[in-house]
Amino acid sequence: MLKINKLHKSYPIGDSSLHVLKGIDLSVESGEMVAIMGSSGSGKSTLLNIIGMLDEADEGDYILDNVPIKNLTEKKAAIYRNRFLGFIFQSFNLINYKNALDNVALPLYYQGLKRKERIEKGLFHLEKVGLKAWAEHLPSELSGGQKQRVAIARALAADPKLLLADEPTGALDTTTSYEIMAFLQQLNDEGKTILIVTHEEDIADMCKRIVRLVDGVIMEDKFVEQVRASQYV
Amino acid sequence: MFDRDLWREIFQSINMNRTRTLLSGFTVTFAILLFAILFGITNGLTNTFDEAFKDDATNSIFINSGRTTQANKGLQAGRQIQFKNEDYDYIKKEFGDKVQFITARVYKNVNASFQNEKNSYSVRAVHPDHQYLENTKVTQGRYINQLDLNENTKVVVIGRLVENDLFLKTTAIGKYINLNGIQYKVVGVFEDDGGDNEERLIYMPISTAQQIYGNNDYIDQINLTYNPAMGYDQAIAFSGLLTKKLKDRFSVAESDQRAVRVRNLANEAKGINQMTTGLGMIVLVIGFGTLIAGVVGISNIMIFIVKERTKEIGIRKALGASPKSIVSIILMESIFITVIAGFLGLVIGMGVLELVGPSLEKFFIKDPKVSLSLVVSATVTLIAAGGIAGYLPAKKASKIKPIVALRDD
Repeated sequence: MLKINKLHKSYPIGDSSLHVLKGIDLSVESGEMVAIMGSSGSGKSTLLNIIGMLDEADEGDYILDNVPIKNLTEKKAAIYRNRFLGFIFQSFNLINYKNALDNVALPLYYQGLKRKERIEKGLFHLEKVGLKAWAEHLPSELSGGQKQRVAIARALAADPKLLLADEPTGALDTTTSYEIMAFLQQLNDEGKTILIVTHEEDIADMCKRIVRLVDGVIMEDKFVEQVRASQYV
Repeated sequence: MFDRDLWREIFQSINMNRTRTLLSGFTVTFAILLFAILFGITNGLTNTFDEAFKDDATNSIFINSGRTTQANKGLQAGRQIQFKNEDYDYIKKEFGDKVQFITARVYKNVNASFQNEKNSYSVRAVHPDHQYLENTKVTQGRYINQLDLNENTKVVVIGRLVENDLFLKTTAIGKYINLNGIQYKVVGVFEDDGGDNEERLIYMPISTAQQIYGNNDYIDQINLTYNPAMGYDQAIAFSGLLTKKLKDRFSVAESDQRAVRVRNLANEAKGINQMTTGLGMIVLVIGFGTLIAGVVGISNIMIFIVKERTKEIGIRKALGASPKSIVSIILMESIFITVIAGFLGLVIGMGVLELVGPSLEKFFIKDPKVSLSLVVSATVTLIAAGGIAGYLPAKKASKIKPIVALRDD
């Protein structure tokens, strides 16, 4: 599904450069639910950016669903992101002047779908996250948990191969966090591959595999017994 | 471009920045308003000049004679120069290719009567070409023709007001009018835009007048139009040469200003043309200057919008928006605001001209209007201006990295 080989990345800081990723090897199979952990500065965000094609590695290979991701033009990157990836952000990143349905349907717009089809699919995914009744509401009229569920529906809308979640529960209280995790687990049960960047142990424990980054290298990569979030809800 | 969703996005964006959009659009509106009004006024001035020349063809040259003021070639000063038919023939032969229409004139004042109605009028005895030189519009019957000249027929063409004065109960065509005791057949009635005096004239064949009133071949004046293919400068050169040749012909000193006088309307037309061209340039400069200010204003607001929406654009890119779709949204929004604002200015400007136009006539501004070609070129200019205004912001927007979507603020 996802294969990363000897990935390096550094950022220039003044005259010197900061070596952030120092040879990452990682492969993720279809249907996995992986937590990427690490303190700030460990390189976990950079890794996610590269996996998300928001940034490009200096060295190393990245193959996603048998497609080598290299030397992307902006246009091509946009197409790949749209087709392969669903993003879930810590701060939800909903477009505040569009209602829930329009937000969910936005990736479909960039796929070139007709409006009728977009509405149909958008409503389908909103129903899936239990927010069909809120379709016409603006993000400002939703609670944090609801916003994140709309964002998940949006990430799912384009039917991506891989869900990338950057601290998806970072802005939520514990109960809501567990609700969101329960939902992500349910999606994983249905076969979605999910990558979650987090620094919270309890969230990581709810995944099936934990990858720990320290100073740009993988210190630990282990499969764990998944804690079901539903028991806390 | 006609994507409905693109327009939804644009309207949403304009709605979010309503005040700012209105303010920056106002500059463009004002620019076009100013331009339209100035343009209309220039047109009005041009119309006034055109009106002044309506009576005569604008490429007219008038040749008159008088007394010499200087002794020349052994001839004394104070000699009367008299044009004759041979002079008319000479010009026609010498400058045939440069002359469009030519006529000689003999003037005569007559007492005219028909049945019990009497009045006095001026008679112009002319050649057939005179009709085109004076922009005479024959409304009934015909004008003087070559046959009349050959046969010295006693026919006249009378002005509309002559018919009104004398022919109270009947039409003039075919009737006989009495001029100083001689009966002439009315073969035509004409109208003239030159005013009432021009419509109180009577035209007759020049040969007839020469035979009846003096039994000579004298001519009072020669009028001609130069070939319109010539430019102003060529025309002025032509009349200069014509003057010189005529002075030689009559042994008049070159510096004698009275004996042979040639008035070329090209001189005046050139001056007016230069003035209206100059005015037009000034209007263009002012209009464009203000439009540039408007474009800068719109560009400014678009840059602001892009900055304000950096994160949103980043999110869109993370969701798969191509750079092209981002550019087109910014560009179209900019063009849309510019065109709408510009048209508003144009419509207001046309309204203002319509409203105050009639009261401007005393300032020599007649019927100030904006032409269709201006509307078309303004549209093209506005679209271009909107494109220019949106270019930088759109480029800026397309450069935004999707990574900003991940940044927390």
